[in-house]
Amino acid sequence: MGEPVIHKQVNSIVFGVLSPKIIKKMASAKIVTPELYDKEGYPVDGGLMDIRLGVIDPGLTCKTCGAKLKECIGHFGYIELARPVIHFNFVSTVMTLLKCTCRECGRVLIPNNKTDLFSKQLEEIEKEGGISARRARLKSIVTALKTTNKCPFCKSRQQKITLEKPTTFYENEKRVTPIEIRARLEKIPDDDCKLFGINPAAFRPEWSVLTILPIPPVTMRPSITLESGERSEDDLTHKLGDIIRINQRLFENINAGAPEIIIEDLWDLLQYHITTFFDNDVAQLPPARHRSGQPLKTIAARIKSKEGRIRHNLAGKRTNFSARTVISPDPMIDLDEVGIPTEIAMKLTVPEKVTEWNKEYLKKFIEKGPKTYPGANYIVRPDGKKKKITDETKEQVMEELQPGYSVERHLLDGDIAIFNRQPSLHRVSMMCHRVRVLPNKTFRLNPAVCAPYNADFDGDEMNLHIPQTEEARAEAEILMQVKTQLISPRYGLSIIGCIQDAISGCYLLTKFCNFSREEAAELLLSARETDLSTLPNKEKVSGKEIFSVLLPKNFSFEGKAKGYSGNQDVDKKNDTVVTIKNGKLISGVMDVANLGEGSGLMIRNFVKQYGEQRTIEILGKIFRLGIEVLLKLGFSCGIGDTDIPDEIKQEIQNTLSGAYKDVDDMIAIYREGNFEAFPGRTIEETLELKILERLNEARNKIASLVSKNTQKDTATIIMATSGARGNPLNLAQMAGCVGQQALRGQRIKKGYKGRTMSCFKKGDLSPSARGFIKGCFKSGLSPSEFFFGAMTGRDSLMDTALRTPKSGYLYRRLANAMQDVRVEYDETVRDATGNIIQFTYGEDKLDVSKTEGGKLNVQRIINSVLE
Amino acid sequence: MDEELLKEYSELLPQKVLDEIKDAVPSNISKSKLKEILDKTLEEYNTMKVSPGECVGLVGAESIGEPGTQMTLNTFHFAGVSEMNVTMGLPRIIEILDCSKSLSTPMMEIYLKSPLNKGKGIKEFAENVKETKLRECIKEISVNIGNSSIEISLDKEKMDLLHITRKKLISIMDASLKGFTVKENDELIVVKPRGKDDTVNSLFKAKEKLKEMYVSGIKGITQVLPVKKGEEYIIITAGTNLKVVLEMEEVDATRTISNDSLEISEILGIEAARESVLNEVKKVIDVQGLNVDVRHIMLVADIMCISGAVKGITRYGVVSEKSSVLARASFETPLKHIINASISGERDHLNSVVENVMLNQVIPIGCGMPKLVLENEKGEKAK
Repeated sequence: MGEPVIHKQVNSIVFGVLSPKIIKKMASAKIVTPELYDKEGYPVDGGLMDIRLGVIDPGLTCKTCGAKLKECIGHFGYIELARPVIHFNFVSTVMTLLKCTCRECGRVLIPNNKTDLFSKQLEEIEKEGGISARRARLKSIVTALKTTNKCPFCKSRQQKITLEKPTTFYENEKRVTPIEIRARLEKIPDDDCKLFGINPAAFRPEWSVLTILPIPPVTMRPSITLESGERSEDDLTHKLGDIIRINQRLFENINAGAPEIIIEDLWDLLQYHITTFFDNDVAQLPPARHRSGQPLKTIAARIKSKEGRIRHNLAGKRTNFSARTVISPDPMIDLDEVGIPTEIAMKLTVPEKVTEWNKEYLKKFIEKGPKTYPGANYIVRPDGKKKKITDETKEQVMEELQPGYSVERHLLDGDIAIFNRQPSLHRVSMMCHRVRVLPNKTFRLNPAVCAPYNADFDGDEMNLHIPQTEEARAEAEILMQVKTQLISPRYGLSIIGCIQDAISGCYLLTKFCNFSREEAAELLLSARETDLSTLPNKEKVSGKEIFSVLLPKNFSFEGKAKGYSGNQDVDKKNDTVVTIKNGKLISGVMDVANLGEGSGLMIRNFVKQYGEQRTIEILGKIFRLGIEVLLKLGFSCGIGDTDIPDEIKQEIQNTLSGAYKDVDDMIAIYREGNFEAFPGRTIEETLELKILERLNEARNKIASLVSKNTQKDTATIIMATSGARGNPLNLAQMAGCVGQQALRGQRIKKGYKGRTMSCFKKGDLSPSARGFIKGCFKSGLSPSEFFFGAMTGRDSLMDTALRTPKSGYLYRRLANAMQDVRVEYDETVRDATGNIIQFTYGEDKLDVSKTEGGKLNVQRIINSVLE
Repeated sequence: MDEELLKEYSELLPQKVLDEIKDAVPSNISKSKLKEILDKTLEEYNTMKVSPGECVGLVGAESIGEPGTQMTLNTFHFAGVSEMNVTMGLPRIIEILDCSKSLSTPMMEIYLKSPLNKGKGIKEFAENVKETKLRECIKEISVNIGNSSIEISLDKEKMDLLHITRKKLISIMDASLKGFTVKENDELIVVKPRGKDDTVNSLFKAKEKLKEMYVSGIKGITQVLPVKKGEEYIIITAGTNLKVVLEMEEVDATRTISNDSLEISEILGIEAARESVLNEVKKVIDVQGLNVDVRHIMLVADIMCISGAVKGITRYGVVSEKSSVLARASFETPLKHIINASISGERDHLNSVVENVMLNQVIPIGCGMPKLVLENEKGEKAK
């Protein structure tokens, strides 16, 4: 179907410098006047906006190629410079060339017999160490040359050449004009150029002194028409205008025979303008500015930096068919689905080719038009012309439709979409989901896939892309589907797992619950498990039995739950030994250690044994079951969860005062001068360390007191013990004592001289004067304690703010250095040029994303064989 | 157990896996069972191998870059109360990967031979290793303006500990200080200017110089700390000087290590340096409690060491070695690369990733790597 497609591929790119001849040859106009438009607003002939250089106005045709706006890519022009000028970017090359060649005969200052030797050496070095090694060797040869002062060929004496930055050369304090420089560079023979690493075919030394300047086409410096009808020209046009104006004046003055000084001044000015035309950030020159004072953006600035052409436009691409909005959770859709608002589904479309067989099906979409869902927005004719579908054109379009056309229909359930959240730090930040069109205005995603995206729902926004071609869709489906990304290539464990409520729910279910059979069936059905055949047929069903229904029938697994201690009795009491035999959860509770992301091998084993599709189905059901359990039982936490008995409160106070006393004693010993230092430490440091140790000990004791003596079955505790959210330390901070606030691993000592705050005595080393918070969040903090808390809080905020750009840069460097490293068909790891980096990847050829936590699980194989 | 059977598989399975099987299998296992285990392992192993085209480089970069955002910036870290301050976290990772010449906390772990590793005489030895400056073995140093001289009173105890005699000290001072005479005067050592240049200013300058004068020990080692590690005693030092330390007789040169990869590459060679980069990065990541597979770190270490010298992942290091002009230009300093390329008429063969992204072409990695080769009527092969 359709016309044959010819794919052309760029094989290689050669870099070089434009010679004056080529500049002239490729130019389609000689520019002579700085004027832009005449009175009618029509571009002036020979002006900077000459229509031979391309068109930027609608309605005009290009005089060179006859094409209209957007079809003509633009053409270069040129101007002839009244006097030659040095190209700023080649100044350093010119400098080395002048220094290392004879001023009279142009030969390199190396005796003839040695040149061959050097060039051979260089070639060898290049073979071994590449072009950068060659440059390094060249540099050393050149530095050795600079001291020679007699030409070995014509015996003429050499003069000392200096460079006054940016572009003026002196020989023995006498200025060398660009004309002279050019004359000298011309004399350098091609063979000698090669010694400097110059390829004379690509670059002749004298080309670094400009005699004519190419004028870039208008299409690369378009002017903008403001609302007032006024035209605002591009920065480059302004700069070129300056150059032409000065050039013109220089011509006139030379012709009029003006005094040398005036000519030289103008010449310098021309040099300045041309230098800033190339690069407006030259250190020694004041940048050329707009009338408003902001610096002009010239060629170098257009290429350079993050916003420059290379990183912004060439290495970074933009797409159509994308959407962005706020995300919100929906555990009732599948893990690999994404909920899309109808409004967006009607804007994003999928092109579908018309065939004899789907013609009627597609006509239905056209009939609905662009405004009713599911409709279609455009049809595309075989010649690529797009036609909009409106209420008026509907009938006619339907008539026209025939095989070979394609219809851009609205998104439907089951279409492929790529979902992404910035910062896209690893490959799972961008995954492929199936579309699910839903009401309301946010993207919906299953909370279980929050972890790979690092998303939460406090206002996060995410992006969505719709692949438009079959190839793209196939690639997305095979390589980027959520189910293919279950196992992280970073550590070989699952990165997708249950979070928060789902964990609490499963924990409650498997630890405490007993339901009637009806209730159990209700729970399982609402978790969308339809196969209830494994649910035991009895009045009361335990939570473990309900959970077991979700497991595959022949699944066996042994693992440890979060609280696993290794002590048999304790573990039995806490039910932390997880045993699953033939799809039955026999003992153990389900918590983060087995359901969460990045931990435990249970999910990893699902993937191994039952494949990806089955795994995400099970995972989705487990997730929903957890939530349904919570819905049924109710789960709310209040401040009462952190209540502790009075006698424990007293004990906490005692622990604290004990620690305070010990610290005071230590300080007293220190004051007496009897304190002994650790080896390699000063006495003060030792004291600090010991105090920190003592206070930490007290805090840890309080933490264990609190977690032992709070009520076990409150929501807060359940969240902490199941690993859904929070930890015993958080609890201790709420109910017991907040603890030591530390800045850079030390107690707080900043502030006033000798004290942290003005309410303390100078030299006070006691815990409370150095940032120890003995209050808890529930009872409240004292003013000084609150202030200490604010200090560390601010410190950690700063830490995050400073870390992000640093780690971002590290990541960029790593990615840039390693992006082309790949595994070849011979199983070696090589870079783009084919250099072998590793003979076997990771010393054992294992792909981390296919391993179990980075290993091949030998034990399991042995067990399966021996059993 | 059947050693021969295991040997048969040594070509097919990695040694590590074979060893694991050896350890885990009961010793009285029958040959057929063992063979079954090995075959099953081999089968599984083959499914777990990297597929050709896998972009291991980028995956490695992601695996190290992504946890980088989770690391703390906290420079100092306490690994136990009496240990030394060590740079940790993100700054340390950056330091290692940059391959910077001056580390913020250079360190050595010196392992010792018997009897020192039992803790006997370790303190004295440690003191000898440490670089001692004059200011550490004196009680007082003062400038006597009256007769324009510097007076130094020595700390005998400290000197005894370090086995330095007065004479030695004086000769050292004499050698290092030009234009002054050093004389003994009862308890004091008096330093007087020899010439006419006896301005107070020069005296004070000389005093400061004297204070920082090297007396004994190993240069560069500013702090020593004997620690018990496992069963034996080792010395942890701040500051490194591997070359001198490894030559010492009491030192177990096979295990003594510095945390400076550049130094290691100079003294122990490139393979050792690679191992050092690997271990140092791993240490930081483990301390942070992050989970990153060694294979990724290995790859980074290999890339840094592939040229025979340790190169940092910077625009002057690894990136500057790339063959493609556009790949270099898309990283940093694009103008420099483009201009140098045009002077030497470089050709970019477009065989890595960015160049092809720039040109909207298929990248030669993963699915983009396989090429179709067709034979035409004449039997020539064409891509």
